[in-house]
Amino acid sequence: MENIISVEGVTKKFKEVTAVNNISFTVRAGEIFGFLGPNGAGKSTTIKMLTTLLAPTEGKLLLNGHDVVKEQNTARKTFGIVFQDPSLDGDLTAYENLQLHAVLYKLDKKTIAPRSEELLKLVELWDRKDSLVKTFSGGMKRRLEIARGLLHHPTVLFLDEPTLGLDAQTRNLLWNYITALNEKEGMTIFFTTHYLAEAEAVADRIAIIDHGNIVALGTSEELKKLTGTDNLEKAYLELTGKDVRDESLSSSASKKEITRRVAHNR
Amino acid sequence: MDTIYILWLRQMKKYRRSGLRMVLSIVQPLVYFLALGYGFNSIFEKAGRGSYVQFIVPGVIAQTILFTSIFWGANILFDKQFGFLKETLVAPVSRTSVMLGGALGGATIGVIQGVALFIIALIFGFHPYSWPALGITVLAMTMLSLAMVSFSSAVGAIVDDMPSFMAVTNFLVIPLFFLSGSMYPLDNIPGVMKVIATLNPLSYAVDAMRTTLINQSHFGLPIDFAVMTGTMVVLFIFSIYQFKKIEA
Ligand SMILES: Nc1ncnc2c1ncn2[C@@H]1O[C@H](COP(=O)(O)OP(=O)(O)OP(=O)(O)O)[C@@H](O)[C@H]1O
Ligand SMILES: [Mg+2]
Repeated sequence: MENIISVEGVTKKFKEVTAVNNISFTVRAGEIFGFLGPNGAGKSTTIKMLTTLLAPTEGKLLLNGHDVVKEQNTARKTFGIVFQDPSLDGDLTAYENLQLHAVLYKLDKKTIAPRSEELLKLVELWDRKDSLVKTFSGGMKRRLEIARGLLHHPTVLFLDEPTLGLDAQTRNLLWNYITALNEKEGMTIFFTTHYLAEAEAVADRIAIIDHGNIVALGTSEELKKLTGTDNLEKAYLELTGKDVRDESLSSSASKKEITRRVAHNR
Repeated sequence: MDTIYILWLRQMKKYRRSGLRMVLSIVQPLVYFLALGYGFNSIFEKAGRGSYVQFIVPGVIAQTILFTSIFWGANILFDKQFGFLKETLVAPVSRTSVMLGGALGGATIGVIQGVALFIIALIFGFHPYSWPALGITVLAMTMLSLAMVSFSSAVGAIVDDMPSFMAVTNFLVIPLFFLSGSMYPLDNIPGVMKVIATLNPLSYAVDAMRTTLINQSHFGLPIDFAVMTGTMVVLFIFSIYQFKKIEA
């Protein structure tokens, strides 16, 4: 399987709001793919469609060759996800959260304990495994979510702003681990972030989405060349404009404006 | 099967850890039992209807179960708000088992509360007419609880905020309770009330419990269980349907 993710002409409308507007792209197996864009650009919506949480208004999404709408259950087995918003049960302990996940994903009973231990140690929560999650700090919860997302050995891992609210040390540790997994197990990583340096450091390719449209896609070198800038942050601002987002802008109008601006600056 | 079990277990753990809430939810029905039971007892006896304390026990058991179960769906809303629901929605498990795991958890809690109230009533002098018949009482408790939990879960699946959830459930809970024969016999009430009580599924659960606990029957057990089964199945299917529609 060459393309592990394939998005073909996908649109998502929430009543009048077009969150994602006819986007198409593919992610190769084993790739680390960064999905960048301003607030409200449609990143989380795209991830939710890829992970079967939202049905697309139009278009087709394939995960590992499976249509995520028609073959929902098969698709669900292949990915792990860390959502942008928390999704742990605070009234359960860290270990119980993992145990529940393991049962939902039908992990072999014998492997649950060693695998949980390995991951909890990795995210440095082993000594807190029996504490209720509601007593955790934001960063600890985040780390636990990441451990949980990895528990069932997914072939694709979706990370929606995984490092949000993490200190520099933990961010570092996490990316080291995630890139190691990518190399060792060939796990495909699809992530979003607002830290551009992070994306530049780890992503093989980057897509930039703005107002529901993909405005650029390529390696960070290619994006810099495209905009004639010398770092990704500048390239990003060239592509998406420097204004703080007004989410009520109609997406087609803004697309024209951006294309114009990019052309103008080149 | 494992999925349903682990989701049921999750609710049991949360219930055990809820501490004071566990105890408090039984206080309200207990007040009804003591205040109304002993308050109206002498009038009831003068009217030649026997002991009101005895009469009201099946009613307050039904009340406990109704109140615990009909607000159960609030947990679905909490799972939406705290995000845990997404974890179950993207997992490779059917929505039917997600709904079932939670609903069985809620129903178990409903029955535990009902049985706890029964035991308290025993301490205050209640005596069931037949011990073996208690098995049927517990079956009625379970069916009532499952039906109400299913309904409530469906509401929790449909709405996205607590005020809407409370509006729907509060709108229903009081009429369901007071127009069900849980507090008074259904044989001598005005026609309109009788029609409403006959349409109210809770009346049949109360009747089944009253039949098996104190041997007073209005509709008869076969009708009671037929209506309860029907209600339960319909609400159950409705709830599964609503769960399949949840998006995040
Ligand atoms: N459930 C929903 N109902 C209505 N509109 C929605 C819904 N979810 C998202 N939107 C809208 O879709 C657009 C894209 O939102 P999305 O969450 O995908 O953005 P994002 O790129 O993830 O932004 P952020 O960086 O802030 O997380 C926004 O305009 C948002 O208001
Ligand atoms: Mg987002």
